Amino acid sequence: MSFESLQFEKFSRDRLEQLQLERLQATLNRAYRSVAFYQKAFDEMGIIPEDIDSLSKLSKLPFTSRQTLVDNYPYGMFAVPLREVVRLHCTTGPKGQPIVIGYTKNDIDHWAQISARVLKAAGVEKEDVVQICLDYGLFGEGLGFHYGAELIGASVIPGSDGDPKRQLLIMRDYRSTILLSNPSFALKLLAAMKESKIGLASLQLRGIIFTGEPFSEETRVRVEEELQVKVINSYSPLELPGPKVATECEKRCGLHIFEDQFIPEIVNPQTGEVLPPGEEGELVITTVAKEAFPLIRYRTGDLTSLDFSPCECGRNLIRMQNPKGRTDDMIVVNGVGFFPAQIRQILVQIEGAEPNFRLIIDREGTQDVVELMVEVSESIFFDEMKKFHELKENIEEAIHQTLGINVRVKLVEKRSLSTAEKPVIDKRFK
Amino acid sequence: MLRIRNLRGFYGNLQALKGVSLHVEKGEIVTLIGANGSGKSTLLNSISGIVSSKKGEILFEGKDITDFPPQRIVKEGISLVPEGRQLFSSLSVMDNLLLGAYQRFSIKKKAEIEGDLERVFRIFPVLKERKKQIAGTLSGGEQQMLAIARSLMSRPKLLLLDEPSMGLAPKIVQEIFEVILTLRKEGTTIFLVEQNAQKALEIADRGYVIETGKIVFEGVSEELLGNKEIIRAYLGKGYKKKIWEK
Repeated sequence: MSFESLQFEKFSRDRLEQLQLERLQATLNRAYRSVAFYQKAFDEMGIIPEDIDSLSKLSKLPFTSRQTLVDNYPYGMFAVPLREVVRLHCTTGPKGQPIVIGYTKNDIDHWAQISARVLKAAGVEKEDVVQICLDYGLFGEGLGFHYGAELIGASVIPGSDGDPKRQLLIMRDYRSTILLSNPSFALKLLAAMKESKIGLASLQLRGIIFTGEPFSEETRVRVEEELQVKVINSYSPLELPGPKVATECEKRCGLHIFEDQFIPEIVNPQTGEVLPPGEEGELVITTVAKEAFPLIRYRTGDLTSLDFSPCECGRNLIRMQNPKGRTDDMIVVNGVGFFPAQIRQILVQIEGAEPNFRLIIDREGTQDVVELMVEVSESIFFDEMKKFHELKENIEEAIHQTLGINVRVKLVEKRSLSTAEKPVIDKRFK
Repeated sequence: MLRIRNLRGFYGNLQALKGVSLHVEKGEIVTLIGANGSGKSTLLNSISGIVSSKKGEILFEGKDITDFPPQRIVKEGISLVPEGRQLFSSLSVMDNLLLGAYQRFSIKKKAEIEGDLERVFRIFPVLKERKKQIAGTLSGGEQQMLAIARSLMSRPKLLLLDEPSMGLAPKIVQEIFEVILTLRKEGTTIFLVEQNAQKALEIADRGYVIETGKIVFEGVSEELLGNKEIIRAYLGKGYKKKIWEK
């Protein structure tokens, strides 16, 4: 596998735009030819791919969103027959519905290259020992970075995202120099360090790459100070498996978007209108190098702005600010994203529980904690304690099973939660 | 070096190119592969000015050459080796070569042109042996070599090759492709249109795949060779049965 895509980072704007236009047109031609959804959407708007004769005309095309991916589940958005797909990863839609994304051999190669570029931007060299504490399963973020680190020639530890104590021992014994993890996992490691009395002196760690969830600058500073490392952030749309869309460089002044792979736009989240350069709005991305699963004008739901000024690092790629918030109500707890509507869905299936709830999210030490107040039907509330506990455990179990998060359930009387208030109270980052 | 944006080419009422964008950098070998009638030759003929009914933008070394006539385009440094060679078959090899230098022909340039003849004879020794032979009596492979040599006589910076392997035996094809590599080494940039996708991608740095006048894939050759759709459609490894369609 070659590593030719690194050269694009130094391309002049003019040259990069030529490449983007060529790739965009090829992507549109393929998507229109092979994906019924795009053909229908373009036809309804009276557009053919040939009409897109400049990058700015991209704004004439219809949007896609997470809901589009849900509606076309499982294979409706695939632009190649399944026999050309070498990998499938999956994730969930806004209400927990399944989404599946396919990759051809070239898509996997690109993913590895982009991961390698993220690692390069963070200063990873082939001498490094890279410990990857990310999901290696259905979501597969660990796999992407794994291939990237191998492409650089580093020594890779596929640590996966379980048991921070064990990861810490591995980190000490194998002399890991680079860690890839969610911010919340890094905080768990800090806690494990205190508990196990493994001191900083016994670690060789010099850098961490954060991915997967938003975090506050305080978290970054804290991890950097306590571990004496440099933290580099990377970005991809939440809960969308696949290559990173952007990464910080050593200057850490925004995230460079891999423009040879993705074309970014910033739109008004209400009207969908493209905003002038520099303004804050919703990030919309179009993939220009994906074969199996091209995404055209995908609404990420992340609020950010773009910076077109040159960066001292020498990369000519546009930078985006670390997303400041979301356009929808997705919540990310300890690296796991979900929607309040999913909780409602779970509650209606449990006998004795009412779908009215309140979610209180806070941070205790290194961990996000979630308290879930659930109204119960009168018949249960005044019944015996054993049943009461059973119900509480049932709900906790059901939520853990479905969403993968731990919540503390507090049962309250029916109609005691005001429906006028927001169902979610997030006390973190405040 | 060459940059094309949204090129639309027409044959009468027929639109053969539907908004093609591509580029060739100095020193590269870039190939365009596609089936018969997909628009490959129209694209080359548009670049070289033979197809005049076109829209879009063709930039060569930053200069807009979209509306230049063919002779002006040759002067700018682009030379086409047309499909089917198009030699002056009743003339001698030597005359064909001299005609290739026609646009800069003058007494003053005699020494320069003789130097260029030396060069093409070095690349194609067989043409030197046969310089007095009538072009139409050469073998297919020799004719193709002559066609390339004739193009080189205009000292192109960018050489456009239209199906140089067509109708030739595999051994001869190999020779022609080796010549293409030599030319690149000597500083000529190559844009190669081929139906023999395998061979073309083996020597090219990058490639584009054209389908009914539209580019559907682009990438480095390695990537295109790894694309199963391209393998099936253009590299002739047809699947005998459908295993599982979506």
